Amino acid sequence: MPQAAVRTGTLVQVGHLARRSIIRTARQPAVVVTSMVFPLFLLAINSSGLEAATNLPGFPTEKYLTFALGLTFMQGALFATMGAGQSIAEDIERGFFNRLQLTPLHGPALIAGQLAGTLLLGVLQGVVFLTVGLAFGADFEAGPAGVLVMFALAMLISVAFGSLGMTVGLRTGNGEKVQGVFPLMFVLLFLSSGALPRNLLERDWFHAIATVNPVSYIIEAYRSLLIAGWDAEALALGFGLGLAILAIGLFAATAALRTRMERT
Amino acid sequence: MSAETENNGIVVESLVREFKKGPRAVDGIDLEVKPGEIYGFLGPNGAGKSTTVHMLTTLLPPTSGTARVAGFDVVREGPEVRDSIGVALQEAALDPYLTAREHMRLQAGMHGLAKADGRRRGDDLIERVGLVDAADRKVGGYSGGMKRRLDLALALVHEPRLLFLDEPTTGLDVQSRTALWDEVTRLSRHNGVTVFLTTQYLEEADALAQRVGIIDSGRIVAEGTPDALKAEIGRPTVEAIPADEADLERMQQVFATFGAPAPAALGAVGVRLREGAEELAPVVRALDAENIAVHNLEIHAPTLDDVFVAKTGKRLEGAHDDTGEHEADGERRPTGEFDNVAA
Repeated sequence: MPQAAVRTGTLVQVGHLARRSIIRTARQPAVVVTSMVFPLFLLAINSSGLEAATNLPGFPTEKYLTFALGLTFMQGALFATMGAGQSIAEDIERGFFNRLQLTPLHGPALIAGQLAGTLLLGVLQGVVFLTVGLAFGADFEAGPAGVLVMFALAMLISVAFGSLGMTVGLRTGNGEKVQGVFPLMFVLLFLSSGALPRNLLERDWFHAIATVNPVSYIIEAYRSLLIAGWDAEALALGFGLGLAILAIGLFAATAALRTRMERT
Repeated sequence: MSAETENNGIVVESLVREFKKGPRAVDGIDLEVKPGEIYGFLGPNGAGKSTTVHMLTTLLPPTSGTARVAGFDVVREGPEVRDSIGVALQEAALDPYLTAREHMRLQAGMHGLAKADGRRRGDDLIERVGLVDAADRKVGGYSGGMKRRLDLALALVHEPRLLFLDEPTTGLDVQSRTALWDEVTRLSRHNGVTVFLTTQYLEEADALAQRVGIIDSGRIVAEGTPDALKAEIGRPTVEAIPADEADLERMQQVFATFGAPAPAALGAVGVRLREGAEELAPVVRALDAENIAVHNLEIHAPTLDDVFVAKTGKRLEGAHDDTGEHEADGERRPTGEFDNVAA
């Protein structure tokens, strides 16, 4: 009987797996909506309850909504982390991972393809968060070009944290365990400069943790586009740390995939 | 080992798989599957069937021993093995958010089929497994039988020479099970596909497999054609219920002339026929000569369950449920049964 004569290239496989990942994401409205509603809900609470913080000397803007929007983007990325982890864990639990292993699958194609859905989610979140923020009066000092940079950052951060989620999913092969890791990610968020600028954090320990917490710098990169316009240092730190997390995430996910794929 | 077996068959020698802190899941098995053959791998849960399939399909490296599938070594030539085989594992491995057609497209694409070829092949297979009406629905809403059929179709996308089916009908209703049996038989007969089928259903092995290997605790305890294995076990038994309970003792005396007593239900008499099934007619004639009217008479051919009991000392889990289910529907009965035979 004839066989498939052509060995598929990695990029072709990425295309097929990305398509599948995007379809999966688009057909789970509950996941998409939750990943947007929860950050927007926190944005609404924070911007109404913490408006007085703008009166503190040294606070960088007069609108807390503008300040808090950066945190909203970061929260969205953390949801993407969980989504990417759960997606691969479900594939392992359902045996779909074995189905893919039985094809001429290239490992990097699986990781890249799976992250396509995460990327889609990041873009959708960006559109919604920015639209809602601007509709309620948030400032955006960097102008139209800044919007593009903001989306680029949102996509980078989504796949960077998504790759970390994938690592957990591949290591555990269990969707519930991936969910168990989710609160730990929120600790990173709360121990950052998400609620107040670092220079206004009075507790030494909090200030010290927020200073070494990379999440602070990512939030500050988002925030710089909203408040300052173009701050090269903040953007360089945000993109740099995003790329570093992506590199670590991809390395860890590749190692986890190698362990998970026992095939000969 | 012939050149043909080398190309399309399976040859396994001393295959072992040990798991950490566990017993040997597969403990040195040898087997050979000929090209185009349907080989039934029969055993209870935990016997080592799935572990064997995982090793033969390259998903799990063996601890020791060798296995060649389609002429390729499963350890050293994994990609070549995977190109040659189609696999449907125990659970239908499907994405509930994708449709059948999208599954086909993904599978064809991953196997390197050109877009048009993949679409044509996918459509053909969807039609063959009777999923045309459901092809554009998400598979999350499919029944177990539909999922199994799609799983089988996906395993065939790249036209494999060998097909591995790991308990393909577990949990399916009789209709779905029969449809899948027909498709597997067709693939073997018409397309020359070699099929390695694991099952815990005796009747499935009996109905489908040309040869059967029985595995228990990681070891193959018997191998051969279903008929040869049954013949090894022994002769058939006859069980009868007299129309008049008062004739029970006389019936026992008649039966005693044909062989040793066999276990029978309350109010019935059983005998293991000394000379085999040919003695059924003489038994009926002897009862008639003694004027013993018979309410019910059955001849029990040895089943694979008997083989399993003889080889392992235990009954196969689900064996009786399986038989009962099919008897209820009047399908392939393992026994010849004659109701209300008036001798």
